[in-house]
Amino acid sequence: MAVRIARRLAGFLATLLAASFVIFAAVYAAPGDPAVFLAGGRDKLTPERLATVRAQYHLDEPLVVQYGRWLGDCLHFDLGRSFKYGDQVADLITARLGTTLELVAYATVLFVVLGVGAGILAAVRQSTWVDSAVVGGTTLAASVPSFVAAIALVSLFGVQLGWFPVTGSGRGFAGTLHHLTLPALSLALGALALISRVTRQAMAEAAASDHVEAARASGVPEREIVRRHVLRNALGPIITMCGLVMAGMLAGTVVVETAFGISGIGSLLVGAINTHDFPVAQAVLLLMVAGYIAVTTLVDLLHPLLDPRVKQEARTA
Amino acid sequence: MTALTLAPVRVPDRRPVGVTVAAAVLLLVVLAALLAPWLAPYAPDAIDLSASLAGTSGDHLLGTDSSGQDLLSRVLHGARSSLVAPVLLLAVAALLGVTLGVLAAWRGGWTDALVSRLTDVMYAFPGLLFTVLIIAVFGTGTTTSVLALGLAYTPTVAKYTRSLALAESRKPYVDAYRIQGMGGARICALHLVPNLGRAVVGYLVVLFGEALMSLATLSYLGFGAQPPSSDWGLMVQEGQAAVVQGALLPALVPGTAIALVVVSFNVVGVWAADRLGRQA
Repeated sequence: MAVRIARRLAGFLATLLAASFVIFAAVYAAPGDPAVFLAGGRDKLTPERLATVRAQYHLDEPLVVQYGRWLGDCLHFDLGRSFKYGDQVADLITARLGTTLELVAYATVLFVVLGVGAGILAAVRQSTWVDSAVVGGTTLAASVPSFVAAIALVSLFGVQLGWFPVTGSGRGFAGTLHHLTLPALSLALGALALISRVTRQAMAEAAASDHVEAARASGVPEREIVRRHVLRNALGPIITMCGLVMAGMLAGTVVVETAFGISGIGSLLVGAINTHDFPVAQAVLLLMVAGYIAVTTLVDLLHPLLDPRVKQEARTA
Repeated sequence: MTALTLAPVRVPDRRPVGVTVAAAVLLLVVLAALLAPWLAPYAPDAIDLSASLAGTSGDHLLGTDSSGQDLLSRVLHGARSSLVAPVLLLAVAALLGVTLGVLAAWRGGWTDALVSRLTDVMYAFPGLLFTVLIIAVFGTGTTTSVLALGLAYTPTVAKYTRSLALAESRKPYVDAYRIQGMGGARICALHLVPNLGRAVVGYLVVLFGEALMSLATLSYLGFGAQPPSSDWGLMVQEGQAAVVQGALLPALVPGTAIALVVVSFNVVGVWAADRLGRQA
């Protein structure tokens, strides 16, 4: 077990190092002088600003040293300065990270409840019209890009019916919930197909095992069988998939926050790219990628705790 | 195995009617794109401020946007770039992916290890973030988006091709050519890759819907096609401001077009890939 954890952590660190190096070295792929690029282009560029950039990024030193120093700075949450906002990048991010995490959390609750629910329904009512409706409906939902779903939801529930606000992220718990319902829904819709399909498949596999047959033969009520024998044994793959989808949602906020005018790190990234503010884009990308790798690693490490059978397989293997 | 065991989900297999409808939709869209200059009642960039945000009427079948541009004409013209760009990006991904995949399978050893480490690093970027990084470096625009997305799709294609090529390279005909004294590069280019063609194309067909969706998303974010293009993703972005004023058509017309094409393509694509795979 300890070996497994150590190996996973080493893999996590290696991937993180490689990905962060790609994000860092991207500056050198940009056409022209990296200092000019980091300062946001030639217009309104002063020698002082250029000197600040050179000092911040240690541009006069060898690449590996630069990378090491940059990584060290990032670990101390010193992410440089945004030339568009004239602000510390770290401050820009901390001011917006909360909203983004709330959005991801809300969307996660929605896709877990709706996706797993639909999957259970499809598995229990297998090969009936309910099953077809779930599969068809979720596949359809997965074919609609999240920004189109966002506009459609805003048009219907925001503008026509007036049930939900059209933009912003709201104040207080109720206000946040009210404001983030449509954004979270557009974020969650695309994940429903995957989650419900995994749930349906995992439950079908669990339902095919002998102990379910035995339980049914000894007269255990069907409800009880589904809950205690089928769903419980199917939880491993379901929870793993939910974790992976949640990790990917950090990237999905880029689109949804833009569509709803929510001030989070996703919309910060889009704004940074459209205004050539590379230090901000770099920092947000690093944060999102690090978060993604961390959550996927965590899911992988938690898997044996949820499903002791995996632990045994790992031991015998 | 009891009756509860599932076959993998294959919606189109169960509903060939859906496949027919989807194929018909796609045919119509392709025709519309080809015939756009003749079908469109107005020029896509004809501005008429007196008809700003008009609803559906005889003059403007699908209404107009805030500059009074006819939405039907714009969507018809936009079908061209919205359909051609995904093909181009898949061509880029296929070229790079097949090359890398075959190279990794054929050479093995450190080449294989290098390719798989490279793909691992790219997989560490969730969703569109790898593409976004490239766009952040090289700037926005259709060309950058197509190339960046092509690069982002490369690992997937490479991984798929590698597994196919690995199985293919163990077949007796490869040894036969080798005994005849044919070089590795020649065997790959003339015999191995053509034999993989069918399966790779089937795989690319399945990716098309997602590729169109990703490109539309990039244009929506302002990273792809730039005004005055009639690209669908860009049209949704431009039409969004009017939604709050109660004019829904400018955003919903191109949005529906995207969703319709992606849904149809996914239905037809899965079905077609299934058949291609079965015959291969």
